Amino acid sequence: MSKFKKKATVKQDIPTSSMPDVVFMLLFFFMVTTELRETSIEVQQRIPEASQLRKLQRKTLVTNLYIGEPKKTEQFGKEPKIQAEDVFIEPKDIILWVNREKDKLAENEREQLTVALKVDSEAKRGIIADVETELRKANARKLLYTVVQKREEK
Amino acid sequence: MARATPEIPNASMADIAFLLLTFFLVTTTIANDRGLSIGLPPPLDPNQPIIKQQERNIFTIQVNSSDALLVEGEPMEDVSGLKEDIKRFILNNGADPHLSDSPEKAIVSYKTDRGTSHKRFVQILDIIQGAYYDIYAERAGVTNARFREAASDPANPESKAIYDKGREGIPMNISIAEPTKIGG
Repeated sequence: MSKFKKKATVKQDIPTSSMPDVVFMLLFFFMVTTELRETSIEVQQRIPEASQLRKLQRKTLVTNLYIGEPKKTEQFGKEPKIQAEDVFIEPKDIILWVNREKDKLAENEREQLTVALKVDSEAKRGIIADVETELRKANARKLLYTVVQKREEK
Repeated sequence: MARATPEIPNASMADIAFLLLTFFLVTTTIANDRGLSIGLPPPLDPNQPIIKQQERNIFTIQVNSSDALLVEGEPMEDVSGLKEDIKRFILNNGADPHLSDSPEKAIVSYKTDRGTSHKRFVQILDIIQGAYYDIYAERAGVTNARFREAASDPANPESKAIYDKGREGIPMNISIAEPTKIGG
């Protein structure tokens, strides 16, 4: 019995006095890196992987379009939909939407508008091609398929 | 006279900080602003004559609605050799009569079906762009990753030099055709 009651001679406490400092450091890290979204994404986003990524030069020139199966399938059906900002749009609305996005930029930067297509892996080419056709008409021809970095196999 | 020193109790500071930390941990999304960049062609002009390209200068890649691949008319299961095939096609310089005349004239034509999944589309596009970036990087004497970094940063003169050296005379001719409507 007494074997188990033996007290350790070494102090076993973890020093906690620096804990607030550590926590604050983490807190600041997340505060700085965080980006609060204005829009909640209503479509599935399983972004495919690729290796030849290019980084965008200027974030202010980028605008996002989300394409995928709606998360609320009972309400919106299973067909992939296009989401711009907070609403679902149809391909025919894209020209209008592009013009509105261009209006937000300074006049000399309007031609540099880049559309980032965040497309779900399982979405079909058909809907994406429709979007591309409209983007061509709207003269927003810089396009980026958002993907995640694939681990290099070497 | 003993004066009461004003003090803020700081025992709960860690708790408050934890609470805030949890909030930011949950709400945070690290923005992903990287991807495969392409440029779309200008809108179709009905008056524009259709320019026929020579067959040998076009490397056709087709994907059908069940994501099966057809490269230069031959079915392909394993895509690991596709990148080398594209590189050989681009850098042929007229040597093989079935491959391109010159890198300048070489066009990689990529055609999908409306039923092709985006995942497959990205996978093949990645391989095609990879072939081009490998060629550019080799010419510029840098790694592929360094070249892509330089291409994204034209404001920096050093990057611009790398980019121009790699790109010179070899345009990235990737033609993404309007998808067919056979399946899906």
